[in-house]
Formats: sequence, C-alpha cells, structure tokens
Amino acid sequence: MTDVTRMTATEIAAVLASGEASAVEVTQAHLDRIAAVDERVHAFLHVDTEGALESARAVDARRAAGEELGPLAGVPVAVKDVLTTKGVPTTVGSKILENWRPPYDSTVVQRLRAAGTVMLGKTNMDEFAMGSSTEYSAYGPTGNPWDLGRIPGGSGGGSAAALAAYEAPLAIGSDTGGSIRQPGAVTGTVGAKPTYGGTSRYGLVAFSSSLDTPGPCARNVLDAALLHEVIGGHDPRDSTSIPLPVPDVVAAARAGANGDLTGVRLGLVTELSGEGAEPGVLAVFREAVDALTKLGAEVVEVSCPHFQYALPAYYLIAPSECSSNLARFDGVRFGLRVGDDGVHSLEEVMSLTRDAGFGPEVKRRIMLGTYALSSGYYDAYYGQAQKVRTLITQDFTNAFERADVLISPTTPLVAFPFGSRTADPYQMYLADLFTIPTNLYGGPAISVPCGLSEGLPVGLQIMAPTMADDRMYRVGAALESAVGTLTPPEL
Amino acid sequence: MSAISREEVAHLARLSRLAVTDEELETFAGQLDVILQAVARVGEVAAADVPPTSHSVPLTNVLREDVVVPGLTRAEALSGAPDSEEDRFRVPRILDEDEPPSPRGEGPADSEGKA
Repeated sequence: MTDVTRMTATEIAAVLASGEASAVEVTQAHLDRIAAVDERVHAFLHVDTEGALESARAVDARRAAGEELGPLAGVPVAVKDVLTTKGVPTTVGSKILENWRPPYDSTVVQRLRAAGTVMLGKTNMDEFAMGSSTEYSAYGPTGNPWDLGRIPGGSGGGSAAALAAYEAPLAIGSDTGGSIRQPGAVTGTVGAKPTYGGTSRYGLVAFSSSLDTPGPCARNVLDAALLHEVIGGHDPRDSTSIPLPVPDVVAAARAGANGDLTGVRLGLVTELSGEGAEPGVLAVFREAVDALTKLGAEVVEVSCPHFQYALPAYYLIAPSECSSNLARFDGVRFGLRVGDDGVHSLEEVMSLTRDAGFGPEVKRRIMLGTYALSSGYYDAYYGQAQKVRTLITQDFTNAFERADVLISPTTPLVAFPFGSRTADPYQMYLADLFTIPTNLYGGPAISVPCGLSEGLPVGLQIMAPTMADDRMYRVGAALESAVGTLTPPEL
Repeated sequence: MSAISREEVAHLARLSRLAVTDEELETFAGQLDVILQAVARVGEVAAADVPPTSHSVPLTNVLREDVVVPGLTRAEALSGAPDSEEDRFRVPRILDEDEPPSPRGEGPADSEGKA
C-alpha cells in the first residue's frame, strides 16, 4: 500500500472502509510525519497525540462493531487554533490565551467529532487571525513547504502548510478577509470560504463577527467539499447562521470532475485581473482561464467598479468590529493577567495585561477600530465603509446577472520571503486585495491551484452567489481535472 | 499632512486599555497615519443616498424555544480564569480604600462606567 500520508482524504476513507488500514494506523502515520517534519515547518501549535489516537481507536471499534459511519470517519484533520477545543489548548496565536484550555467545543469541532474524524492538533495562525503570513503569530511563523524561507499565507498558514507538508489530509481554517483562500493559493492547496452564515461561528474566537467564516482546506476539491458538508449547516447557537440546508457541494464537486463546463458563464472581473498583480501570476491565471474555456465555459468580462474601495472599507469595518470583540480580553475570566500586585488598579491591570498579551498587529487594529468608531470620525470612516459595503454587494448582484460565478487570481503575489512585508503594515494588507470583496458581500469563494509562477503555486479564485456554494465546487473540480493538483518538492 | 497625531494615538491607547510604551507609541503613530490615509479613500464614494450594510445576512429577531439546556458548571466556567476565589472570578481592587464599603450585593451608587 502507498504511504497513507500521500493519499487524499477520499482515498484514505476508501482504505479504511475496505479494512486495508485502521484509523489508528492512519493516525499514527500522520503523527509520525508531523514528528519528522514539523520542527522545520511549524504548522502545529499543539499536537494532540493521545486525543487523536483515542479518537482513532473509537472509530476502529465502531467500524468493527458494524456501525454505519460517515464518509470521513477515521480521516485525520488539523484544526486552526481559532476554534475552541474542549480541554485542548486554544491560543489564537496569541500570548493572551497561552495555556488556555476551553471548557467547550466549537460547533465546527463538535461536528468533526460527530463525523468520526480524528483531530491531530491545532495549527498556527497570525494572532487573532490578523495577518497574511503567520509572521504575526506570537509563537513564530510557519514555513511554506514549497520554500521554507517563504510565508505560507495567513492567517491560516498553519492549516495550509500542514496539508502541503503531508502532515494532514484535511484542515479547518477561518476566513475573514482571505485567511483560508490566500494560504491555499500560496501553498498549492484548496481553500474554501463558505457563504457567511453557512458554517457556524459558535466557538470561533471572534475577530470581525460580520465577516468571520470557518471553512474547509484540503489538497483537492472533492476532499474540501466532503469536509464542507460535515461542518456546514444551520446552528441555533449562532444567531447569524442561515437556516437552510448545506448546498450539495459534494455532488457538485463530483459533477465538475467530469470536466464539462458547457453552458457555464464565468465572469472575469476587470478590477481583479490587472492592476496590483504580478505578471507571472497573471500569466498563469490567463492560461487557466483558457483551460476553462476549453472545457466549454463561456467567459464574460464583468466590471465591479466599487471593488477598488473594498480594501479601505474592510480595513475600517474589520478593525472596528475587532476593537469591540477584543474588549473581552480583560484579564478577568480567561487568559493572561499582568500587574495584579495589590497596588495597580483594575484599569491598570487591564491595560498592562492587554499590552503584554497582544502583539503589534492586534494593537494597531484595536486602535484603528477605536478611532473609526469614535464620535466625530464615525460618519467619515465606519459609516462610510458600511455604505461602500452596500455598493460592493450591488456590484456582485449585478455581475451575477451576467455570470454564474466570478473568477480572478486568488492573490496578487506568489509566496513572498519572510520579513519582506512586515515593516509596512499596509503592504501586508495588499496581499488580500482580491479576496476581500467576497467577505464584504458574504458569498462563498474557493481557491484552487492553477499552476506555478517562478516555481511557486498560483491559485485561481472562484466566487459564487450567496448559498450557491455548489457552483464554485463544480467549476473548481473542473479546473482541477484540466490542470491537475500541484506536488510540492520533498522536504 | 498627517491624519493622526502622536497625542491622538496616546488617547486611543488609553481608550483601548493598552499600556503602550513611548517607543510603541512612536511606531504606531507613523503606521496608523499611513493606514488611515489609505482607508480614507472610502470618502471618495458619493454615498449620501446609499443605505449602510452592517451584515450580509438579512436575518432579524432570531428566536429559539426557551428551553433549559445544560450549561457550563461553575468549575468549568472558572477553569480558565487567571485567579478565582470562593467560586468567583477574583478581580483587582476597584474601589479606593477611603470609599465607604457598599451594602452587600449592591455596587457603589456611582459604579456605572467605572469598571
């Protein structure tokens, strides 16, 4: 049998079902791989060896007892450290939650457990999911398996790198401005942001509540769809959860794999396919568009004139919500407390705790949000950004009258070297130029590998209308059937 | 012209309960200035008659059955606290020592906005 760590989740599920391998064997193989390479990759903040093997033994016992199991039962999964895991450390990449062991599971993790998947551990991320490189993690950056001197994207760089390094076949991320798709693009893996409200935020440590969306990461489109189906769907514990069934993403991924896109209209977004992107990225993107055309798709050019204001609007809305959400880290109910010596007042203890516990990017965004929400500036900044959000939504609605899905490069750049963008925070923000519009609109989008530029992966982004997540899986699987998946160099 | 002064950043840090050092203040003032000048572009859009969007999901008044479900135990709720005492979160002193103690179970009359 081939090395199970090189298999897709679908292949692993098949060998588990046929009895060729046990869940314990599959889990141990991945734990061994983590032990062999993660010192260099640093995809994981915590490896839950005992918990993983225990889950695997439980699945094997259920299978031996003849129980009917879900399609991903026994398949290992890595979880971004932004989701609470009962009794398992959850740091959000921050010192302020170092050693925090939540007393409850997030809904996404509950559903992963109910489906019989095996959680290997928690993956690295930019602190509080704010960043595009993992360089803002308080625990050090993750290396990109394609070149360990380069960033794996962010904030969910740990999840994407775990996939590309064959440490896990599946992973969970969260996407507020591109934190699933951009890491997917630069590591040559698949990352899907579901429709906002299509996956539950319960137990997802909040950054920007009107944008945060947990979602699946995998090495191919079908695996991502299978994981999406497991974690998606209505959750009464999240009041913004959409009370509708999960779109049939698995059937769509299977249908797309036959490589026929006859009658599908792809909207090429003018504003996302020129300015700001590297020539190498654009060249690979255009070849992929040609490949999609050969599969029968019709390409129409669409203009979304307000997309140029998406990045500014996002960097007012997200920090505003963050400044409010992160007020809960006050050194009282969980996490770090600094300066509680009987002399400092409560307010001083809070200020000392937050200054010691938060890193620079988190502080910048808290202050930026506080500014944008303050009286006198509210109308010009936050209020105006909310109006821009309306206009961007209208751009999407208009574009979807002419196209079934919209396409663009996922990121303007391939993976950049460590340290090349940390000096100027705004340069880091530009990494999310193409992913942010979707978050403001709330629809789904997926990044699928489409080729290499200078030996590094390029992703193609497919954006679909709200609750039409199935469409992006169909087109994504078709693209994959034409261009294949990418294989990183051996570590 | 800068969009934000060092004094304004110091004020924001106080509002945000961030005890930043002078050195941090210097760095943040420069960086926030660059960011604010960039995001101020939202003002270029004439949007007098455009309604704001706070949220992409048009749900209002999401209700559920008023049914008792198990919650966290007291020990679980306190399990992550930096300090606890007698089954409660222990917080640093809020009142000055010369303030009269409040009656048991009630906060001081002027407590609103203080803690």
